[in-house]
Amino acid sequence: MPKILVPTSLQQFVGGNDEINVGGTTVKEALDQLLERYPDLKKHLYNDKGELRHFVNIYKGADDTRALQGLETPVTDTDELSIVPSIAGGVGVEMARINPNALLPEERVEAVSFSNEEILRYSRHLILPEVGLEGQKRLKAAKVLLIGAGGLGSPLALYLAAAGIGTIGLVDFDAVDLTNLQRQVIHGTNDVGRSKLESAKETILDINPHVEVIGFEERFTSQNALEIARDFDIIIDGTDNFPTRYLTNDVCALLGKPNVYGSIFRFEGQASVFWAGHGPCYRCLFPEPPPPGLVPSCAEGGVLGVLPGIVGCIQAIEAIKLILGIGNPLIGRLLTFNALKVQFRELRLRRDPACPLCGENPTIHELIDYEEFCGIRGEEAPPPQLDAIEEITVRELKRRMDSGEKLTIIDVREPHEYAIARIPGTRLIPLGQIEERANELDPNQEIILHCRSGKRSAEALLKLKAKGFKNLKNLKGGILAWSEEIDPSVPKY
Amino acid sequence: MIRIPKGVEEAIRAHGAKDYPRECVGALLGGLDGEIRIVQEARPLPNTFDPSWEADVRGGAIEDVPGQERRYLVSPDAMFRLLREERETGVKVLGFYHSHPDHPARPSVFDRDWASPWYIYCILSVRQGVPQELTAWQLDEAGDAFLEEPIEIV
Repeated sequence: MPKILVPTSLQQFVGGNDEINVGGTTVKEALDQLLERYPDLKKHLYNDKGELRHFVNIYKGADDTRALQGLETPVTDTDELSIVPSIAGGVGVEMARINPNALLPEERVEAVSFSNEEILRYSRHLILPEVGLEGQKRLKAAKVLLIGAGGLGSPLALYLAAAGIGTIGLVDFDAVDLTNLQRQVIHGTNDVGRSKLESAKETILDINPHVEVIGFEERFTSQNALEIARDFDIIIDGTDNFPTRYLTNDVCALLGKPNVYGSIFRFEGQASVFWAGHGPCYRCLFPEPPPPGLVPSCAEGGVLGVLPGIVGCIQAIEAIKLILGIGNPLIGRLLTFNALKVQFRELRLRRDPACPLCGENPTIHELIDYEEFCGIRGEEAPPPQLDAIEEITVRELKRRMDSGEKLTIIDVREPHEYAIARIPGTRLIPLGQIEERANELDPNQEIILHCRSGKRSAEALLKLKAKGFKNLKNLKGGILAWSEEIDPSVPKY
Repeated sequence: MIRIPKGVEEAIRAHGAKDYPRECVGALLGGLDGEIRIVQEARPLPNTFDPSWEADVRGGAIEDVPGQERRYLVSPDAMFRLLREERETGVKVLGFYHSHPDHPARPSVFDRDWASPWYIYCILSVRQGVPQELTAWQLDEAGDAFLEEPIEIV
């Protein structure tokens, strides 16, 4: 049987094979048999008119069939046909990285008009050749959804508003807290206690009254995500928890929209653009969420305030590049940033063919229960193990301290937390060291454990219990409760 | 990611300078280490572009006739021989390099339209005969964008 040799560049369309045996008495028949087996190859070989594209040459033995009888060239059983790609190129119009019309419908862009005030406002954009009036129209036509109006959402909202994005959607159900102000620069001191949505909307409109702000003062969940995201062109992930990250990713993949991702932790940040169909999705990179409690949130791990400023701005730049169709978006690349070293690194990402969402054989066709996926029952419901933990309230502890009782109280926080605030009469053994330093403690004695809020000390308790400690109690609510109910002079942090 | 030994990078730059003001073209041969491409040889190939090819491709006479200053074409025979050598020796064709005389090392729409999937395309900018930046590109999954690949010179 004649065989067809396939170059590496096309092997992905023929099941990874480099040699395929087919039948047929002409080149056309042989190719048709090949395409029957591997229909994905068709667009690489034939144009719309059924002619062999100039993109490929078919060789019979060492002869180009174009110099023989073309597709009608006869083939025999012992002939070897080779698909030889054309290698050509040259300078010309510089290519736009992504076809921008894939993102915004042309009619919507054409319908945009500007007042004189807007022309003046955006003058610094308009004089950039890569933006111009056409680009600014695209920005105004665009609808961008921000999930989260916090650390990442702040710079995003500020700069996207300044850039003239026509519609900014905001999803956030939280109220502004004092601890937010260290990094969430869209909110101010007078906003503490207010809805983040209201506060952000006000600042956005102050920067640029031409922006239409659509607020969603609710949690982004499987129940509402598709409805909310459907009307937007680009979704920007500014969330702070894994269930929402996976939800955002899945919604984007199901709707075919780009997911501009950003994340921060202490001094490091990451950014990428996940766009199923154009590159990998979040699940290609992280198919499994980490076990709950392993990756602390900002509240638990801390973060350098200005870091989300940098990452959020990078996300804003990516969104703008996608809308304008200029530059190289971070599709297929994970940008990592280390603030201490001022180091930017890039990791090449690829779509995982086995990805259940965007791979060859997707199994995910609808949104799932993300809390369950991430192993979390929900913030209100405590993990089942807590039922097996004995607790002591701060009032009870205070009462026993005042009565002169000698107590062993172990603080399992980190040294720098101990320096900020401590409960008197406690000893510091950080959670990470509790197992190896357990021999410093008496397993038969009553030991009270505390941390900031009661979570880490519960973990410490379970670790000691596993080592045979009999008499353990967890201080309910931690030092926060102590500050709240017993001694307000102890700072909360 | 593509790893190019310093000597090979210098050979590419020398080729670009030599053929200036015409575009040079060559093959990148080597092997794979997981996802990373390791280039062992940059093999110059003759640029066989001529305007009749473009007329052929575009199906008729063309007004703006480009020359080898703006186009490169590897003859199908040369490509056939490369692929045959690849099968015989096991040394893989990893991609191709070409130069952009007096143009930035960024792909054009034409470059993108003619790119094959999987192959890495290196572009060398040569200004006034002097080789400048070298970049690398690969077609994305959907085939409609060229994504930049990092180059490591070793």
